[in-house]
Amino acid sequence: MTALATRLPSRFLPVLATVVLFVLTFGVGSGLYDGFASGQVIANLFIDNAFLIVLAAGMTFVILSGGIDLSVGSVVALSTMVTASGLKDGWPLPLVVIAVLLIGSTLGLLMGLVIHKFDIQPFIVTLAGMFLARGLCFLISVESVSIKDTTFRAIATAVIELPGGVTITYNVIIALVVVAVALYVLHRTRFGRTVYAVGGNEQSALLMGLKTARAKVGVYVISGFCSALAGLLFSLYMLSGYGLHAVGMELEAIAAVVIGGTLLAGGMGYVLGSLTGVLVLGTIQTLISFQGTLSSWWTKIVIGALLLVFIAVQRGLIRPRQTT
Amino acid sequence: MTEPDTPIVEMRGISLAFPGVKALQDVDFRLFPGEVHALMGENGAGKSTLIKTLTGVHTPDSGTVQLAGDTVAFAEPAQAQQAGISTVYQEVNLCANLTVAENILLGREPRKRGGIDFKAMRTQAAAVLARIGVHIDPASILDTHPIAVQQLVAIARAIAIDCRVLVLDEPTSSLDAGEVAELFRIMRVLRDEGVAILFVSHFLDQVYEIADRMTVLRNGTLVGEHLTKDLDRRSLISAMIGRELGVLEAIEDASERHKVSGPVLVQAEGLGRRGAIAPFDLDIRAGEVVGLAGLLGSGRTEMARLLFGADKATEGRLLVDGTPLHLRGPRSAIAAGIAFCSEDRKGEGLVADLSIRDNLVLAMQAARGWSRPVPRKLKDQLVEKYLKALDIRPANPDALVRTLSGGNQQKVLLARWLVTEPRLLILDEPTRGIDIGAKAQIQQLVTTLASEGTAVLFISAEMEEVVRIADRIVVLRDRQKIAELDGGSSIDEVVGLIAGEQLPEEVAS
Repeated sequence: MTALATRLPSRFLPVLATVVLFVLTFGVGSGLYDGFASGQVIANLFIDNAFLIVLAAGMTFVILSGGIDLSVGSVVALSTMVTASGLKDGWPLPLVVIAVLLIGSTLGLLMGLVIHKFDIQPFIVTLAGMFLARGLCFLISVESVSIKDTTFRAIATAVIELPGGVTITYNVIIALVVVAVALYVLHRTRFGRTVYAVGGNEQSALLMGLKTARAKVGVYVISGFCSALAGLLFSLYMLSGYGLHAVGMELEAIAAVVIGGTLLAGGMGYVLGSLTGVLVLGTIQTLISFQGTLSSWWTKIVIGALLLVFIAVQRGLIRPRQTT
Repeated sequence: MTEPDTPIVEMRGISLAFPGVKALQDVDFRLFPGEVHALMGENGAGKSTLIKTLTGVHTPDSGTVQLAGDTVAFAEPAQAQQAGISTVYQEVNLCANLTVAENILLGREPRKRGGIDFKAMRTQAAAVLARIGVHIDPASILDTHPIAVQQLVAIARAIAIDCRVLVLDEPTSSLDAGEVAELFRIMRVLRDEGVAILFVSHFLDQVYEIADRMTVLRNGTLVGEHLTKDLDRRSLISAMIGRELGVLEAIEDASERHKVSGPVLVQAEGLGRRGAIAPFDLDIRAGEVVGLAGLLGSGRTEMARLLFGADKATEGRLLVDGTPLHLRGPRSAIAAGIAFCSEDRKGEGLVADLSIRDNLVLAMQAARGWSRPVPRKLKDQLVEKYLKALDIRPANPDALVRTLSGGNQQKVLLARWLVTEPRLLILDEPTRGIDIGAKAQIQQLVTTLASEGTAVLFISAEMEEVVRIADRIVVLRDRQKIAELDGGSSIDEVVGLIAGEQLPEEVAS
């Protein structure tokens, strides 16, 4: 038995399981409904979930480091609010984009610093961040603010034609670029490997002389940046800013990451898994809308069941490792 | 070899305090290039703390650290590593979820076009591993290898850079003899290359084999620095424990003094548990020390757990003072005056985050019930008595147990049971992993207790210890009681029985 043969399955098994799950759900849809197995349905999966893909990519960093970020949904809402009201007040679009990204990253930086310097549970700190960001939305406006900026609307409605008559939006391009960058950072840079090391054993990583502080704080900056970017994509998707946008989206992002095979304890997982996780969630939603009569709440029920199964699978994978 | 009279590391007047403990007081330490320097001391002497001060984990309260003549103050281990100080800690401090190559090179990995060059990384890692004679796939996950191999990977990481100072904090505790020899070969190669090596080990043989120079610490203070050839073992041990070795001899006299003929306190009749230990008969008299000898897995702990009621007997019965006692669990055993000091002192014994005082009173409070708090005055009396009797250091009742060394934790655990004044005290490996001074004190305490009328069941993997202090030795093999020997028996007899060379009948007479 070579090391390679024993290594490959246990590392990639969770991600493989997610891919299989995606193929299965998609296969079920194709078998049941005409027109399900079309390029456009797949394209729509990406269009409708672009913001979630970006969120899940950021969340993957945090969870890999052994942390959690509950603030992302609220930061998405805050971003839509800043975008909508900024544009309404006549700010130029580039300024709005920069402001939104800065706000998100700064919030992430602050939360990361508090978590690291005061050694407080990420759960509590980001919970505080979640309330703070949600509250700030209503400080700007309690009403929904619609976006009337022509350039913004043009970008939102612009379509890119792919071969075979399939169309996608710019959102999809941005989301895929984020995934590609995340892949590069996590696997090809020292920062990325340090994130894995911290998630595996923080004390060891510190004693190995790795810059654990930078990794621990950095993941929240990345997650904050991704949340802000996802907020911009969500604005493009909804064409409005509202304090009640994206309620509970942080949990969807966490669900996608976990279904994608990333260990909640940290140190093990892949961005591509998280991407597949989002696609699984999207497919279930599409299935239910194709079915037509089921309430959309069934999506949540299925997601809940899936989460349970995946966490159980992870347990099963980890236990034999620890006893050896 | 480099000039021997300019130290590469010079620490002067280092002091460091933790809550309730003065870990280091005004310690000086020098390390020369091209030498192996052993840092010696008992558990809790401050060896690990001094090392962590050098490697940037702790910042000293006062004192200076000089590296090659420049004063340095490392805020984190990364800085110390950049300055050329590599460390291998006692426990493997690597990330088990990463590959072997990453564990060796992460932090100084080869790069190519803005990213990590994994191919070059694997090649480099393989080269470093080959240098120390380890042949494993650098791309494999660290977790898939046994601890000894992981330890060698940690050493590979330490020497992967051109380190000027290599710190090895008990690197040999998880290695077998062949691996230790291999490690020493590597250490000699590095030493001849001019690397300064700081080496910590509890094994004196190893220290005398490899070290050129020694620094001895005791209680957080410097005792002295000597060349190995100038300091014989006896002087080294006296320097470490700070008193004459007469203590050990005194114990032997003490155990010879009393031949026990007291009443039978605890009597097992055909007591046994299927799958754990075959039925056995055993009498334990008041004031008697009964030693249990046997290899790991021979049923020592199982026997003790049966007597304490931690496991249920499937056959036989237990009599205390001649009347059958139905053990429903440890609570009824405690009520009958039986105490059990577990070998897993961290997991089953002590509450690490409470103070010495609170830990001491815990068992007593449990016996009294929650509605009758132990009066403060009684508490203080007890604590003072046992701190003194067992020589627990620091002698500060408010120090957290977590901050104590292994030997002192063991003493606190022992004291906690003594507070309840048991009639039979079962000690499961009370001296494992603690230094020679604490060992001697615990052994002496056992004999003192016995002379006061307490019965003691003493379990130890160290045959010498059992032979030295036991009035009677019960020998176990393959989960069976195979013989009972008198206290005067030699180690050879016991070992022979355990090895199965002689039939029990021949010796038992």
